[in-house]
Amino acid sequence: MVEQKLKVTLLTGRTIEQGVGKEKGKASKEYFDACSMCYMDADDMKKLGVKNNTNILVSTPDGSVVLKAVKYPRSATPGLIYVPYGPWANAVCSDKTTSIGMPSFKGTPAEVEPAPNKQVLTIEELLKSEFGR
Amino acid sequence: MSIVKSVTCPICGCLCDDIELTVENNEVVKVKNGCAICESKFIGYRGEHRIKTPLMRKNGKLVPVSMNEAVHAAAEVLANSTYPILYGWSSTSSEAQRVGVELTEEVGGIMDNTAVVCHGPSILGVQEVGIPTCTLGQIRHRADLIIYWGCDPWSAHPRHLERYTSFTEGRFEKSEWKAYMQKLKAQAGQKKMQSAMRIESGRTQLRPQTCSIPGMPQTMSKDGRKLIVIDVRKTMSAEMADYYIQVEPNKDYELMQALRVLVRDGELDVDKVAGVPVEYLKQVADALVNCEFGVIFFGMGLTQTAGKFRNVEVAISLVRDLNMRTKFSIMPMRGHFNVTGANVVSAWQTGYPYGVDFSLGYPRYNPGETTCMDVLLREENDASLVIAADPGANFPKKAIENMVKHPLIVIDPHMNATSMLGDIVFPSAFVGIEVEGTAYRMDHVPLPLKKVVEPPKGILSDEEILTKILAQVKLIKSKKTAKKAEA
Ligand code: SF4
Repeated sequence: MVEQKLKVTLLTGRTIEQGVGKEKGKASKEYFDACSMCYMDADDMKKLGVKNNTNILVSTPDGSVVLKAVKYPRSATPGLIYVPYGPWANAVCSDKTTSIGMPSFKGTPAEVEPAPNKQVLTIEELLKSEFGR
Repeated sequence: MSIVKSVTCPICGCLCDDIELTVENNEVVKVKNGCAICESKFIGYRGEHRIKTPLMRKNGKLVPVSMNEAVHAAAEVLANSTYPILYGWSSTSSEAQRVGVELTEEVGGIMDNTAVVCHGPSILGVQEVGIPTCTLGQIRHRADLIIYWGCDPWSAHPRHLERYTSFTEGRFEKSEWKAYMQKLKAQAGQKKMQSAMRIESGRTQLRPQTCSIPGMPQTMSKDGRKLIVIDVRKTMSAEMADYYIQVEPNKDYELMQALRVLVRDGELDVDKVAGVPVEYLKQVADALVNCEFGVIFFGMGLTQTAGKFRNVEVAISLVRDLNMRTKFSIMPMRGHFNVTGANVVSAWQTGYPYGVDFSLGYPRYNPGETTCMDVLLREENDASLVIAADPGANFPKKAIENMVKHPLIVIDPHMNATSMLGDIVFPSAFVGIEVEGTAYRMDHVPLPLKKVVEPPKGILSDEEILTKILAQVKLIKSKKTAKKAEA
């Protein structure tokens, strides 16, 4: 049965594409492609009826963001989603520092739903929508 | 055309210093020995995203201004603020960091570096229990067991394996590259067989689950260097490993404590810890105890998940336990090329490695209170200067919302997310390409960064820009004091 929403754990981190993109420039297409995506488990994608390379909406209590869902190629990661570091990931990351200065970039509870008709924002659009600049 | 040898790569904490660059007409045209990220930087640094002149926000838009105007404006902002944040410092030289400390002290602000969002918790862990560590050279030549815990060197430090650990030819330990290649070939053969069998039987196979194969994986008893990767998902590095342990998210602490029990010959009365069968863990513990020189490298998988600095503390304790039985070291995988330098410079100038508060006129350090993230979330800041980092892309939304409520000065070569949000933006020269300097490798070895090309006309180094702002701040403050004295 196709579900409407899926509860998952959000991880953020490095990918080599993100590294290459950030050195090229944060406004580059490479950076956009590398960071505005989200790795998902193949079975989780099936459950939601999400196809590879289509858009999803990731939401946490801290915000929500539209990302492109990509099947994680290396192993099954049921219940996990992985978003490369970048402004898209930070739109939904938890800012709780548990009193040591470090926000919780990994292991935040999140929800995923299909968003085939929503657009992934560019870095300029995202910053404008979040900070008005 | 000239070839510059032994260039240090100014990107990640590996600081590979064997890069060869071909320079033509003051431009890098070819990169040898570097990884994909290195090439992207040395070739792409002069691309269209470069900031060409100082910029200031006027009527909501960033417009070009003169260097003088920008320096004056920035100095005014800093001199007149009561609690500014001076953040970043990790992708610049230690020389610039030193000026940064002086500037922060002068304006009575907070000096914090990117460690706060990467290995800050590691530093806290080290402050609790100390750290048995060594240089990467030692590991390259002697380590026969390498563990990567919560990090993916293949993605974040692409040449770490090749230069310092499993795939390097050390004096006493040999490279495992050939063996890995053979393993890949064998696996490709197996996969072909499997898919042929699948087609034959018309059924799809279940996907293999890590840690559920009974018995000892053959590779664990192999000769030569062993590579263990512990992570919540199978990364590219995990695929290269002889042994991969998939730990459940946020449970690294449990797993490490369980290993400590086993290393001390204790018994565990459960079947699984953090999703890993205890039988498996026993074999891992055996491998740890029986190696001659092991090392644990750890990354954000420990510092950014539940437990944070406690994870690091227990990892170090595990290494301490292991040192009762054999020789073991541990090292954080530092990200930015000079984040280690930012901690070192801050520590030798102020006594503290990051999150240093000068608002009382002397350095104070209390992570959770004086760290910039917390200051931003409590909305206590009234101005910020960001240099050689991009919090606009890497800080949670709420923190940045508060940062842009007040004047934001940015010093960076590129138009990144923070520069796009800035009020006063200084273009700077690339350290390690257009200006020389010093950087500290992840094992605290300082290395020289080279200048290989001239910066574009009118573009200054971070150090020069900071020195100008500092001089102007001092001037404004002395005028203020003189005025007060007159009154
Ligand atoms: S591993 Fe790091 S330091 Fe070495 S070449 Fe790649 S980016 Fe540069």
